[in-house]
Amino acid sequence: MGDQGRLPQDEDDESGRGVGRRRFLGYVLAGPTLMVAAQLGEAALAPTEAQAAVPSLPEPADLLDLTDLLTTAASPTSGLISIQLNTDGTASFALPRAEVGQGVTTSTAMLIAEELDIPLAQVRITLADARPELLFNQFTGASNTTVSTYTPIRVAAATARQRLLAAAAVRFGVPASTLTTAAGVVSSPNGQSATYGSLAAAAASQVTVQVGVVLKQQSDFEVIGTAQKRIDALDIVTGRKQFAMDLAVPNALPTMVCRPPTLNGTPLSVQNLAAVKAMPGVTDVVIIATGVAVRAATFGQCIDAVRALQVTWGPGTEDNSSDSTLLKELKAAELPLVVPPLNLLAQTVEATFTFAFASNSALEPNCAIADVRPGRAEVWAAVKAPIVAQGAIAAKLGLLQSAVTVHVVQGGGSFGRKLFADAALEAAEISQLMGKPVKLMWHRTDEFRQGRTHPMSISHVRATHALGQVLTFEQRHASVATDFSHGLGEVITSQVAKLPVGDIGFSETIFELTQQTPYNFGVTTQLLSEVDKGFNTGSMRGIYSPNVRCAQELIVDQLAAGVGQDPYQFRRQTLKDPRAIAVLDKVAQLGSWGRTMAPGTAQGIALHPEYHSVAAILVEIDCTAATTGRQIPDACTGPRVTKVICAVDAGLAVNPLGLQAQMMGGISDGIAVALTSGMHFENGVFQEGSWDNYFYTRQWNTPPDLQIVVMPPSSGTPGGAGELAVGAAMAAVACAYARATGTMPTSFPINQAAPLAFTPLPTTPPIPQSPVDGLTRAY
Amino acid sequence: MSAHTFILNGAPVSVDVEDDVRLLWVLRDVLGVTGPKYGCGLGVCQACTSHINGKAFNPCSVPVSAIQPTDEITTIEGLPATVGKPLHPMQEAWLDYDVAQCGYCQPGQIMAAVAKVREARAAGHEIGDADFDEIRNICRCGTYFRIREAITAGAKNF
Repeated sequence: MGDQGRLPQDEDDESGRGVGRRRFLGYVLAGPTLMVAAQLGEAALAPTEAQAAVPSLPEPADLLDLTDLLTTAASPTSGLISIQLNTDGTASFALPRAEVGQGVTTSTAMLIAEELDIPLAQVRITLADARPELLFNQFTGASNTTVSTYTPIRVAAATARQRLLAAAAVRFGVPASTLTTAAGVVSSPNGQSATYGSLAAAAASQVTVQVGVVLKQQSDFEVIGTAQKRIDALDIVTGRKQFAMDLAVPNALPTMVCRPPTLNGTPLSVQNLAAVKAMPGVTDVVIIATGVAVRAATFGQCIDAVRALQVTWGPGTEDNSSDSTLLKELKAAELPLVVPPLNLLAQTVEATFTFAFASNSALEPNCAIADVRPGRAEVWAAVKAPIVAQGAIAAKLGLLQSAVTVHVVQGGGSFGRKLFADAALEAAEISQLMGKPVKLMWHRTDEFRQGRTHPMSISHVRATHALGQVLTFEQRHASVATDFSHGLGEVITSQVAKLPVGDIGFSETIFELTQQTPYNFGVTTQLLSEVDKGFNTGSMRGIYSPNVRCAQELIVDQLAAGVGQDPYQFRRQTLKDPRAIAVLDKVAQLGSWGRTMAPGTAQGIALHPEYHSVAAILVEIDCTAATTGRQIPDACTGPRVTKVICAVDAGLAVNPLGLQAQMMGGISDGIAVALTSGMHFENGVFQEGSWDNYFYTRQWNTPPDLQIVVMPPSSGTPGGAGELAVGAAMAAVACAYARATGTMPTSFPINQAAPLAFTPLPTTPPIPQSPVDGLTRAY
Repeated sequence: MSAHTFILNGAPVSVDVEDDVRLLWVLRDVLGVTGPKYGCGLGVCQACTSHINGKAFNPCSVPVSAIQPTDEITTIEGLPATVGKPLHPMQEAWLDYDVAQCGYCQPGQIMAAVAKVREARAAGHEIGDADFDEIRNICRCGTYFRIREAITAGAKNF
C-alpha cells in the first residue's frame, strides 16, 4: 500500500457497479484490519401522494409520519457506525439498536451480506453499548430501525467491498474494474482469487479517509428481499441464547423488590428488617424509592424474603381511582367536535368506544444486572433507549454520564416496555445502596400490578354522509397520559417530554404524526386529549393506532351500511392510497370476501397504514355458543378467530420471512386486545396478577388457519413493520364480531364488562408463593 | 442446607440447598443451567418447561426435595442427547419453520411440544388441533401459528 490510507479505487469507483449513479460517502477508518464506516441518518423519505375523490386535505401523517421525524432527527449527528473485516473472513458490526425479537439483527446482517457479497453466516451482529455521541440514533421504537439504518449500513458495507477490491487489484496487478466478488472471495478473469480474510489486513488504512461509493441497484439484489431465517435461531432452540438474567456477572446475586399494595405507593418503614436479613440465603435488605430490595443466593429465597417483609406503606398515586372514575375523567376531557350531531342535510353515524388498560409486559420480566462501584457503574439490560438510560442512571447515582457503561442485552420481547429502563434504574440504585453487584428481576405479579400499561382511552367518532358520500369524519381521542419520557432516545427530547407544559405538545405531535384516516371522508379532523399522570404507561406495539383505527373501522362499516354498500367495496372506493387498495383487494380475493357464512360466524375486513407501510386483514370469527362456551381451566375462551388472511406492503421488505413473523405477532396482539386482554383497575390496584388473569392470546385463541402475503416491493426503501398488523387485526376482528353478533361492540376487549373470570391475588404480601405440586401436573 | 442429588441431562449432580427451593432456581441460580426461563414462578406461563423422566413439568412449581436421586431431569440443553443427535427433530422443525421471535419462551415451547406429541401417541392418536389447544405455554411475541406448524412437522420425525 502506498501513502497511508490510499488505495487506487478510493477516488474512482469502477468496482463492478454502475457509473453515474448516486454516490454515498463512506469512511475507511484507521486500524490493523479493514474497518469501514458510514454516517447514520438519511434524508426524509418522499411523501405519500394523496389522491382525492371527495378530497380530504392531506393530514400531517400522510406527509411526514413519526418514522420521518425519527430519521430527520437523525441527520445532524456525527456518530459513525462501523463494520470490521476480520482475518477469518467474517464481518463484525455492533448495531446501535435493540433486538427484542423483531429480527433486526437478521435484517442488518442481510444488508451487510448484500453489499459486501459475503455469506450471511459470516456476518456477526452484536448490540452496541450506549453511545451518547449517536444522539437520536440509538433509539429502537416506532418501527424505525430498518428505515433509518437501511442506507448507512449498506454504504459502510459497500465501502468495505470497494477497499477489498482495491487491495486485491494491487495484489493481482490488474485493474479493480476487472475483478468480481462473490461469497467473500475476490476473483480475477485470469483465475486468481483471494478470500476477504486474506485481504483484511492489506485493505486496512493507517489513517481515516473518506471515499465515495455507489450501492447495488435493487434489481441486482441477491439477499435483500429473500426469505432468511433468524441468525440467532440455533442459539434460541438450543437454549444458548443469553438474556440479561442468563449472564454470569461475578457476584451479581438474585435480587427482588417487595412492592407496595397500591400503584406507586412508597415504603415508609420496615418492621422486621433484621429478621428478614437472617433468612436462609438472604445477604442484604435495603429500602429503595419503589419498595424494599432483597438480595439472596436464589430467586426462590428472594421470593420468601419479599413475602416475609412487614412494611408500612405510604399512599400511591391513584389510590382513589378506578376504571369507572377514570371513564368519567376521560369523558370530561374529550375535546369538542365541530360538526353538530343533528344535520338536516346529512345522516350521522356516531359512537364512543372505550378501550381498557392493557399490559405491555413481555414474557421476560423487567430485569437488569448492575455493578455500581465508587466513581463508576456498569449495567446490563435490554433497553431500547440506552442513551436516556445511561443519563438517568448517572443522575440517580450522582455520577458523570461517561462513568456509566450500559451494555445492551438482547431482550425477551418488548412491546413498548423496553423503551424505558425501569429495571436498570432500580438495579443501579440497589447496587449502589448494597455496595454489591445485583441481578434484579421483577416478579410476574409485579409486572401486572406495578408495571407499565398501555393507557385506558375513549374514542368518539362522528361522521356524516349524504347522497352516498361521506362528508365529514371527526374523531376525538381522550386517553390516560402516555409516558413519552424516552423522547426520541436522547436526553434533550426526553427532558422536553417530562416538562409539565412540554409533553402535551409532544404527545399531540406524536398523535398527529402517527394517526391518519386512510379514506377520503371529506372534512376530517382528529384530536387528542390526555388526563391523569399517575399511571406508569407506555406504548404497546403501537401508540394510539390500534384503538384509534379500531374505532374508525367500526364506523366505516356503519357508514358502508348507511350508504348501502358492501364494506369491502366501500373501503376500496374511498381509500386514498393505491397501495392500500392493493392489499385490500388481495385479502378480499384470497379470503373469498362475501362468501356465505353460518349463523353466528362472520367475516370482517380492515386495513391499517403506518410508517410508510400498509397491511390489510380479513378474518373469520366464530361466535356460536359451542365455541364461546368452551371450558378450559383458568382460561378465557370466548369467540374464536378461525381464519386470518393478511396482506402486507412494507415498501421494500428486506426479509419477507421476518416480516411475516412480525405480522403474525401483530395479529396475535390484535386478537388479544379485541377479545380478551384488558386490565381492571379498582381503588388503586390492577386486579390482574398472572398470565391466567390477563388473557393474552393463547393456543386456544389462535386461528387454526392463517395466511400472510408479502406484496411485491412497492418502493426502493423499507417501511415500518413492528406495529403495523395490530391495528388492522384488532379492527378486522371487531368488525367481524359486530357482523356475527349483530351488535357493534363499543367496549374493548369485548369481555371487559363481564364479571372477573378469576379471583384476584392478595396485595399483601405483594407476590404469591410458587406452587409445590408441579409434579402432579406433569404430562 | 441439605444435599440433593438427581440426574441432570444424563449426568448425576449434587447440590447443597434448602429443601423448599424450587427446582427452577436450583437449575438457574445454583447450577447455572439457564435454558429454562422464568416467566411467572406460578406454573402458569410454562416458560421453564423441562422433562422429568420424559414428562413435561414446570420446575418453578417443584421443591428440590421432591426430586428423587433416580429422577432424570432434562432441560432444553439435554434434549438432543435423548435422541443421540446434535439436535432433536423438534428443534430441527423449529429451525425449518423459523418459529422463534425473541426466543425467550422457545425452550419451554419445544420441551412442551415433545411431551405433547408423546402424550397424544400414548392416547392413540397423532397430535392435532385439539392437542395444540391444550398447550398453555405463553408466547408474548404471538408466534403460535408457527409453533403449530413446527410441531406437526417435527412429530413426523421422531
